[in-house]
Amino acid sequence: MSTSRMSLRLLGRSYLAFVLAPDPPFDEWLAELDARLLHQSAFFSNRPVILDLAALSPTMAETQHVVAAIESRGLRLVAVEGVNADWVSPRLAPLPGTPMPIGMFNPRELDNKPPPRQSRFSLAEKPDLNKPAASLLVEEPLRSGQSLIFPQGDVTVIGSVASGAEIAAGGSIHIYGALRGRAFAGTNGNAKARIFCNRFDAELLVIDGLYKTADDFDPALRGAQVQARLDRDVLNVEVFH
Amino acid sequence: MSKVIVVTSGKGGVGKTTTTAALGSALAMHGKSVVVVDFDVGLRNLDLIMGAERRVVYDLINVTQNQAKLHQALIRDKRLENLWLLPASQTRDKDSLNEKGLGRLMKELKAQFDFIICDSPAGIERGAILAMRHADEAVIVTNPEVSSVRDSDRIIGLLDSKTEKAEKGGKVEKHLLITRYDQSRAGRGDMLKIDDVLEILLVPLLGVIPESEQVLRASNIGQPVTLANPMSAPARAYSDAARRLLGEAVAMNVPHERYNLISRIFGGRAA
Repeated sequence: MSTSRMSLRLLGRSYLAFVLAPDPPFDEWLAELDARLLHQSAFFSNRPVILDLAALSPTMAETQHVVAAIESRGLRLVAVEGVNADWVSPRLAPLPGTPMPIGMFNPRELDNKPPPRQSRFSLAEKPDLNKPAASLLVEEPLRSGQSLIFPQGDVTVIGSVASGAEIAAGGSIHIYGALRGRAFAGTNGNAKARIFCNRFDAELLVIDGLYKTADDFDPALRGAQVQARLDRDVLNVEVFH
Repeated sequence: MSKVIVVTSGKGGVGKTTTTAALGSALAMHGKSVVVVDFDVGLRNLDLIMGAERRVVYDLINVTQNQAKLHQALIRDKRLENLWLLPASQTRDKDSLNEKGLGRLMKELKAQFDFIICDSPAGIERGAILAMRHADEAVIVTNPEVSSVRDSDRIIGLLDSKTEKAEKGGKVEKHLLITRYDQSRAGRGDMLKIDDVLEILLVPLLGVIPESEQVLRASNIGQPVTLANPMSAPARAYSDAARRLLGEAVAMNVPHERYNLISRIFGGRAA
């Protein structure tokens, strides 16, 4: 067991960012922005900016035009919201919604229509930790390539999580099946979160930023019923009946 | 009631086109009217396996773009009169497929045929998505090895989200077809066992097609394996799978060494 590796943490953090939400017509809005930049050039200097394009509902080409226009003005764009994930570079991929729908598909992309506006959990909003913990029940197996993100609380899966699938939960993760993919529990900084599964064959486990990969697991645990939890700063995976 | 079945896999080279041709002809032999549709625009192959490559005049793209009528593009099989082929275009690419034209075509096909079997291209891009778009059922073709199984898992996720049926809150009925199965290699641990594949994919098994040179031989003479050598092990496995698709309860014979021997004997006679 390497202790140096244990000290490397993956943390979720909330911080403030400007959200720029252009409304149509875009050219007029851009002129307003330019006027503002002219007078207060330091206003956006070095601050992260999120671009919310839901009101503009642009096409793919328009999205790229808008992103280029914003970036050419020296703004530090960190993410784009309100458009199809495939329309912008992965670096600017839209922020995940709450909860993200299972499956990455948006049927509208075949027609190049923008997705409808939806409520989102963005970096600009702080999660309300005082609310009672929510939970999400998934009655289907999670297939390879699917990603389920539920920062509000616990996730229970009746079925397996395939290799190449991932679950990120603000609370604990319960899997009544095999876990062959990746599981991130306590993503909001909850060190008490745990991960349970009926058959353990995971690629990666993370609790509150502390992680272990497949190479770190005791081979004897493979196929066993296990729980993973944090004991101070050590991620323990143990047989659990 | 007509049924649209997509034959898909994610991974290439696992046997989608072979399966489309074999299942299509097996269903036609059971008296159903069947059309096999090649969705692999730009890399068409189904016409070769059906032995119709010299008879292609109009294709799927021509029909979806209203440049030809459906009856002009359909090619009737020379051996089975209720089996038809709608070929893909070799000179165009997958972007030439438009969803509207495809929806219209599918409606037309449903009015004429009992079974519409769509041969999906590999991958998870536009071509594969459009091939599964109108499916009622899916045959997921998997080889017993990890990369094929994972790709199939990915495709199953897409079947549950990207199809018209899924969007309306329904479910595409899924069947797993394991192809190129070699009992001796699975026994040695060189291949995944059938139970392992089923446990990972959690989809009901439609059939297990043994690895056989008969499949290659049939493709090379432009015949679906079920027609080229109906007594061979793969042909019988495909025929059983087709009967299961028709709702018959057929006992699952996981091919053994014995099967390979039989296919060798029959293969020798046929060749």
